[in-house]
Amino acid sequence: MFNDLRDLYQEVIFDHNRNPRNFRVIENADRQVEGFNPLCGDKLTLFLKMNGNVITDASFQGSGCAISTASVSLMTEIVKGKTEQEAEELFKKFHEMTTGKDEEINLEAVGKLAVLAGVREYPARVKCATLAWHTLDAALKNEQKPVSTE
Amino acid sequence: MNKQHIEIRTDKTMTNFPVEKIRADFPILAELIRNKPLIYLDNAATCQKPQAVIDSIVQLYSHDYANVHRGVHTLSVRSTDKFEGARTKVKNFINAANEKEIIFVKGATEAINLVAQTYGKANIKAGDEILITAMEHHSNIVPWQILCEQTGAILKVAPINLQGELIFDEFEKLISDKTRLVSVVHMSNALGTINPVKKIIAAAHAQGVPVLLDGAQAIPHMPIDVQDLECDFYAFSGHKLYAPTGVGVLYGKQALLEAMPPYQGGGDMIRKVTFQETEYNVLPYKFEAGTPDIAGVVGLGAALDYLNDIGMANIAAYEGELLAYATEKARHIKGLRIIGEASQKGAILGFVVDRIHPHDIGTMLDSLGIAVRAGHHCAMPVMDFFEVPATARASFAMYNTKSEINVLMTGIASLIEVFG
Ligand SMILES: Cc1ncc(COP(=O)(O)O)c(C=O)c1O
Repeated sequence: MFNDLRDLYQEVIFDHNRNPRNFRVIENADRQVEGFNPLCGDKLTLFLKMNGNVITDASFQGSGCAISTASVSLMTEIVKGKTEQEAEELFKKFHEMTTGKDEEINLEAVGKLAVLAGVREYPARVKCATLAWHTLDAALKNEQKPVSTE
Repeated sequence: MNKQHIEIRTDKTMTNFPVEKIRADFPILAELIRNKPLIYLDNAATCQKPQAVIDSIVQLYSHDYANVHRGVHTLSVRSTDKFEGARTKVKNFINAANEKEIIFVKGATEAINLVAQTYGKANIKAGDEILITAMEHHSNIVPWQILCEQTGAILKVAPINLQGELIFDEFEKLISDKTRLVSVVHMSNALGTINPVKKIIAAAHAQGVPVLLDGAQAIPHMPIDVQDLECDFYAFSGHKLYAPTGVGVLYGKQALLEAMPPYQGGGDMIRKVTFQETEYNVLPYKFEAGTPDIAGVVGLGAALDYLNDIGMANIAAYEGELLAYATEKARHIKGLRIIGEASQKGAILGFVVDRIHPHDIGTMLDSLGIAVRAGHHCAMPVMDFFEVPATARASFAMYNTKSEINVLMTGIASLIEVFG
């Protein structure tokens, strides 16, 4: 019945939605930032543990749609062990993938995150996928203010 | 086989409501969305327009258009006649005592802001109270918060119960000798609840307190008689009433409107201007500064003609059946929880589904050609009360059918399966 949606709702997304990874609080986190999408009420708190400029642990709490939950879940997996610069670079690539023009997109560069490429066809849902990354960006820049997609 | 048979039988409607004929009047209903026939269930956000309304705008701009109340030339007279003719139609539609009580504004939002900034500023002082309910749309919360900030008045909020009904006893207790205005939603856009407005008005009037009704949702679903209701103000938007966007109405009792200071300054709202002093125009023009949305008003007039032909009581009865049918079907879907189960309800079905976010529901249903709203519906306090971040909402109009509801319910059941 939902064949048209297979590009958007891939099995990996359902899987991360059912069993989000790193869904926990990091006690004594070095960074803790809230992200909020006022359009849909999605809220998340991102926790980072840092060693110098390396992200040694990442986790989140909160509630959102399947796209935003899968996006933040995948993100916490992929940024672990990355330097701040590497994570920012990935954010840029992810952003291009979800909002850029076809010719700019390099799916290989984003690895597992490519499962979220389908949101490009659904402008109303792009922010669901990017909320996690905007929150990470704020955390890396050490901003204390909650992030809002609006 | 058997199941299908039952569904076809329950498709029959009790009334002889001419839904197929009505559907044919709405060109957009022939649209394909993602290759499926459109099933438009976002009517509480805004509803679609019949050909008669679209034609009225084309006719105006093609043959009768000029500015209103300005010139002696033929077109200005024609345009003014159509514009003022629409005012009479509005007056009749809500049974106001006369045309002076019908103020054209942008929409329900502007109507409420107008009352807050004119009646409110003139009559409400520090320490006074304004009473609303916990089920208001943001547009019946924020204008009062702004007024409270400006004046030092206090906003009081009457609570609701888990069915989404106003707790009337609590409401009544909140009316005090400090209360200067009661402003309540006639029908809630998030819950569908129809408030006991006559009781509310009687209780407020017993203490000498005027009442504004936010009728944005109620007016497309039931006959409205402002004299019978005895409300002091009634606010609504055209676009939820099959009319164009950009036009709405503030009804006010003449005596109240006469005593109120003007809202905005400009052309049309004055009688005489010198640099020393300005004399304001009579009602309703005192509140209509500047060139109005002429085409919007004319379109609203056409929408009211169209609705009168069908009859608001017939529409209410038909939509009542749709709601009962949808509610019954929804109750049988495991994991679905209806948000808003008031005993008096209009044709709105708000719901959440276990472990599936309303946004996912919205996208999935869209792929089936079904338009529903997912979000907080400009009623964040209502979402907080029910402890949900958002809901999905199917809101029905007179052109919806039981077979569309069948497609909706099958879609919801299947997406629950897909999410697992
Ligand atoms: C109950 C209620 N009041 C007020 C409004 C505001 O209407 P508008 O945005 O047309 O001014 C709405 C619209 O959603 C509504 O549902």
